[in-house]
This record gives sequence, C-alpha cells and structure tokens, in this order.
Amino acid sequence: MSAQPAAADILKTAGNLRREVGDGFHDHLVEALYTDAAQIADRAVTRPDAPPRFDLDRAIDRLVTSRTWGFPIMVLLLTGVFWLTIQGANVPSQMLATLLLDTVHPALKDLGAALSFPWWLSGVLFDGAYLAMAWVVSVMLPPMAIFFPMFTLLEDFGYLPRVAFNLDRLFSRAGAHGKQALSMTMGFGCNAAGVVATRVIDSPRERLIAIITNNFAVCNGRWPTLIMVSTIFIGSAVPAALAGLVSALAVVGIAVLGVLLTFAVSWFLSRTMLKGEASVFSLELPPYRPPRILQTLYTSLIDRTIIVLWRAVTMSVPAGIAIWLISNVSLGGQSIAEHLVTGLDGFGWLLGLNGVILVAYIVAIPANEIIIPTVLMLTVLAAGLTGVGEGAGVMFEVESNTTIRDILNAGGWTTLTAVNLMLFSLIHNPCSTTILTIYNETKSKKWTAVATLLPLLLGFAVTLTTATLARALGLV
Amino acid sequence: MTVTDSLSHQSACATCPMNRHLERLGVNMEDWDYVVALAGNPNTGKSTVFNALTGLRQHTGNWPGKTVARAEGGFIYGDKRYKLVDLPGTYSLLAASVDEEIARDFILFGQPDVTVVVVDATRLERNLNLALQVLEITDKAVICLNLMDEAKRHGLTIDDRRLARDLGVPVIPTVARRGEGIRELIAMVHDVATGEVKPRPHRIPATQDDSLNRAVERLTGQIQAAFPGLPNARWVALRLLDGDAQIERAIRDGSLGDLSRGTEPQSVADRLMVAEVHA
Repeated sequence: MSAQPAAADILKTAGNLRREVGDGFHDHLVEALYTDAAQIADRAVTRPDAPPRFDLDRAIDRLVTSRTWGFPIMVLLLTGVFWLTIQGANVPSQMLATLLLDTVHPALKDLGAALSFPWWLSGVLFDGAYLAMAWVVSVMLPPMAIFFPMFTLLEDFGYLPRVAFNLDRLFSRAGAHGKQALSMTMGFGCNAAGVVATRVIDSPRERLIAIITNNFAVCNGRWPTLIMVSTIFIGSAVPAALAGLVSALAVVGIAVLGVLLTFAVSWFLSRTMLKGEASVFSLELPPYRPPRILQTLYTSLIDRTIIVLWRAVTMSVPAGIAIWLISNVSLGGQSIAEHLVTGLDGFGWLLGLNGVILVAYIVAIPANEIIIPTVLMLTVLAAGLTGVGEGAGVMFEVESNTTIRDILNAGGWTTLTAVNLMLFSLIHNPCSTTILTIYNETKSKKWTAVATLLPLLLGFAVTLTTATLARALGLV
Repeated sequence: MTVTDSLSHQSACATCPMNRHLERLGVNMEDWDYVVALAGNPNTGKSTVFNALTGLRQHTGNWPGKTVARAEGGFIYGDKRYKLVDLPGTYSLLAASVDEEIARDFILFGQPDVTVVVVDATRLERNLNLALQVLEITDKAVICLNLMDEAKRHGLTIDDRRLARDLGVPVIPTVARRGEGIRELIAMVHDVATGEVKPRPHRIPATQDDSLNRAVERLTGQIQAAFPGLPNARWVALRLLDGDAQIERAIRDGSLGDLSRGTEPQSVADRLMVAEVHA
C-alpha cells in the first residue's frame, strides 16, 4: 500500500501540530461553529416584538415536571391507561375466546376426524399449535389494541420526554445517565428495542448499566400476564365496584417497582462492577403537539399491535407443539411435563410459586407472551382435573375469568402465588430476543451473562423473601 | 413531474434491530441511481420527512432519540431511483456517542449523493450547529426547514432566501406533517443529485489566529497530496488537530484512502452499522 507511509506522515504531522496549537483548539473550533450558527440564524429570523403573554407549553411543563405534581400525575396517567385497558379488554377478549376456542377449535377437530387424521397429528396440530395460538390471540389482542394506541397518543403528544425529565435527577443520583430514562421508556414497549435505544448514551459504562437494567421495564410480552393475574386474583379480592381500579393499581404498582429496581440496580452497578461518575447531559423538551389521532391509531395498530401479536403467534405455535409433546410423551409411566413439574415443585414452593410456573417460564424463554396459556395447560395436567379441557396437553376452552380462577385454585394457587407470579414476571431473565440483542450491542459474553442472570437471581431472591415472610406471618 | 411511486416494500418496523436482516433483503444497491441521507437534530420531524418522501409509515414519536439505527426507504422521481437513509438524530457530528458516530460515518464514508439536513425552524440557531458541521463534510446538501407551522405559531418569520444565501446551499421550507413543501424538496434533491444545482456551502471561516491557520493549511495540504480527490480534506485536518481517534484510525487502516479513490464507499458504510461498545 503506497498510502501507508503517507498516512504515517500525516498522523505524525498532525501530532506535532496538535502540540503546537495546544489544548484550546477544540474550544476554539466549537466557538467558531457556534458564533457562525448564531450569526446566520440571527440574520434569517425575525422574532415577534413582544413575547406572548401566556405560553401554554410552558404552563403545562410547569405542572407535569413540577417537583410536587410530576410523579402523582405520572402515576395517575398510567393508572388511567391501565384502567381503561382492563375495563375495555374484558368483553372483546371473551368474544374472541368464544369464537376461536369454542367454535373454530371443535370445527377443526371435526375436520381432522373427517380426514381421518391419526390422533397424534390432530393432537399436535389442533390441540397443540392451534390452541396455543388461539389463546395468545384472544388473551393478548384486545388489551394491546387498547393499550398501544393510548400509549402512542401520550408519546405523540410529547409526554414521554417529560417522564424522562422527571426521572433524570433520580438516575444521576443512582450513578447512571439521565438518558437512561429514554431507553427505559422504550423498554416499556419492547426490551430489545430499549437495549438498542441505549445507543444514545455516550459513556460505555453508563450504557452498560442502561442495558443491564432495561429488563426491569415491563415489556409488551408481560403486560397481558400482569393484567390477567391482577384481574383474576387481586381484583376479585375487593368489592366488584373497585375491582377494575384495584387491578389497574396493582399493575401500576409492579411497573413502578420495576422503575425502583432500575434505580436500585443501577446504583448497585455504579458502585461495584461499573464504577464511575454520572455524566451531565441536557435533555430537550420538545413542544407539545396535538396528536394526529387517526395516524396514531394506524401506526400503533400496524407497527405495534400487529407486529407484537405476530411475534407472539409465531412463538406460540412451536411452544404449543412442544407443550403437547412433553405432555403426551411418557417416560416410565409419567409424561415428561409431569416429571419436570414434580421435579421443580419443591424449588417452586420455596419461591411461593410452583413447578408449573417454573416450567412455563422455561418454555416461554422465546416469548413471555405465552406464560398464561402454558400455566393453565400444565395446571390442568398436574392437578389431574377432569371435566375441564380435553385431556393431556390440550389447551382447553375457558369461558371466563371465573373458570380460570377455579382451575388455578384447583392447582393449589393462593394470593401469594399470584403476587409472586407478578413479581417474577417483572424480575426474571430477559427473553431470548433481548438476550441476543444485548450480545449484539455489547459484543461481550460476560455482560450478556450478567444481564441475563442478575435479574433471574434477583427474582429468586425477591420471591423467596416474600414467600418466607408471608408464611412466617401466617398469611398463607 | 411527479413522484411516481413509493418504491419500498419494507416492513414498517424496518428500524427494529430484530428485523435488520430482513430489511436488507431486496435492497440491492445496484438498483439505485442516487443515495440520499437524511440528517438532523433529534425531534425535528426527520422521520416524518422520511415518511413523506418514501410513502412509508414508520412510527414517528414526539421525543428525541427515537431513531437510533438507520432506516432505509426509497422513491422514484422522474426516471431516477433514490434510496433514502434516515440517520439517527444528533446535535453534533463530533462522534461522542454511537448514534453520532453512525450519522457521521455515513455522511463521510457512505458518501451520499445528497444529504438533506432537516432543521427545526423554531430552534434555528441550535439546529444550524449541526447543519454547519454537515456542510463541512459535504458540498451536496439541501436544508429542509421543517416545522414552519410551529414557527408561525410562535410568531417567528424566517427569511429562507437569506438563509440559503448565507449557508450557500438550497433551503426548502416545509411542514412535513401536512406534506407541504415535500414536492419542492424532492425536486431540489433531484437537482443537487444530478448536478443541475451546485451548492457552494459556507465553511467555518479561518480564524484570527495565524499560527492556527498555518497549522490547518499545512495539514490540509499534506492530506490533499496523500489522498487526491478527497472532498473534505480541510475538515479531516480539523478533526486530526482536534485529536479525533476515529479519523486517525480511518487514515491508518486506509478507509479514507478508499474514499479518495472512490472504491465501494457503500460497503464501508454498511460495515459501520455494527455499533461498538468499547467495554
């Protein structure tokens, strides 16, 4: 390469000249740039003679970012969004369940019989793959179709940067970068997207903290689990009139706990594995813009709802097949699923969970979305319920939340199980897509392992603590 | 002259990293006549301009830092096919963070035929800081003066002709949300790409400090001699004097040499998509 000696020469000259021009060069450059920009802008812009007396943007900002009202408003908005989601999703969810589970599924079974499918083929296809998919659709589609557009409207309006602004102070106190608030907010949609969003953070140290803690932002795949468990167990523990509100508050409580954990773990990391000072940054608060309702509906339905649903469906089909197989393939008189469930039951009991839930979390590593269907199916199997569903490994039809509750009660569920499932849903390893994204972004096996195992161990610790406490206090 | 069709059939979530491998399928560089980069500060409506140009419906959010990777789309104008690359929104190109690095490396090594700088008309001064940095790297730029409706709402009047004269590049006022000025923007992109309009961008003036000027001149001369055909030798010299490690690396590993010889700039840019964390 003839360019190489020339390259070395250039670098040498540059090095010498750099010493000559001194340290002030950078400031000099930036100053020249700013001066030019200011002059050019000044010549082009004519400002109004008197500033407007009332600035609506500023008035709203004062309220939503105020020290007193900032956090209450945040919690109120979130609770409102979840309340509407929980209230609104019930009816369409049941309609979808009736259609997909009570009408289409028997029709498919009949079709299989008419075509004289062997039992295992009809089992794998209709009781495994189809039912898993139908479950995911009927459980997830209605809440997502309500939640995403509302969340997107808030985003479009310009509220999210204000959330970041409110959280900024707490992040810097935790030794993390204020922009982590942005990647965390992104994580409330999808953790993999949140991990990629950490690219806006300059310092590698603070970026790693943001990547490792992103998992504590409850993602799309986990909202439906939280909403459902909260509706069935928490909501039903209070008078019917308050059920919706209390369930919504329980979900918000988990989300807020996730934010608190983000601070706590960031603080821990910045004092142990990733030591350093928080860097300063400036966050621009964009103007409020009237949301474009129709376009928002379109993009949030297409971009988010359909895509997230599609991912869940594609993941649920192989998972449904896997569940059917482990439930129907026997080793020594017991199905593989039963072996797994009984094997993990002891450890599950310690955590206030059970073997079924732990097996479900193993099956659901590719997609958290399928936790609830898997849990229900395995519970029926493990509890040996009769009269519900259609036998081993069949994701049966369930008419209402009451039925689900009956099944889970028969599986030995208590309020502790429900609470700890919600906690474990928040605090466990990221899904496989997120783990892969973390590896792609960090290119480090070590940090990928930390990001995967740290939340899992923390989840074990937290659920072990709550279970032990609840038992010691005689609550269960 | 009309925008005949939206070329791209990419999924709406092409920005999503999970789909990056899918996104690249079918994007055959041979098929494009011109590559247009879209740069700008965060939250200036860059993604909205992107959507308006491509007919795509990428999700746009009202908050800074939404686009962290590159999004790609395309359009046909006249008989030319344009590939449009939406860069991450940044405040500067000094490459302090990964997103700034991605944006700068694309403008520098990707050598787009036109770089459209989307500028927030209500915050012109701060936005010009980035625009001026882009103009240091490339001649072929068009300023898209967006959010003109909000400027009006705030009572600001902006003399876009004056701005164009001062910056030395075309300035097109737009309201991308409503599609206003997009036709004009596309026409101007076409004119700059085909060379019908030749911008002569403003460069940050030589300083009062003679020793500084001599240093810049000497280094610029040496770079020009070593890499003839490099369009921005002075900018490279400034970066080296500022101690920019990435530019030093680009000189050492020959990627800057590739630019001056005009070999495969795109493949270099594609390699740069992989974000690094130096940890």
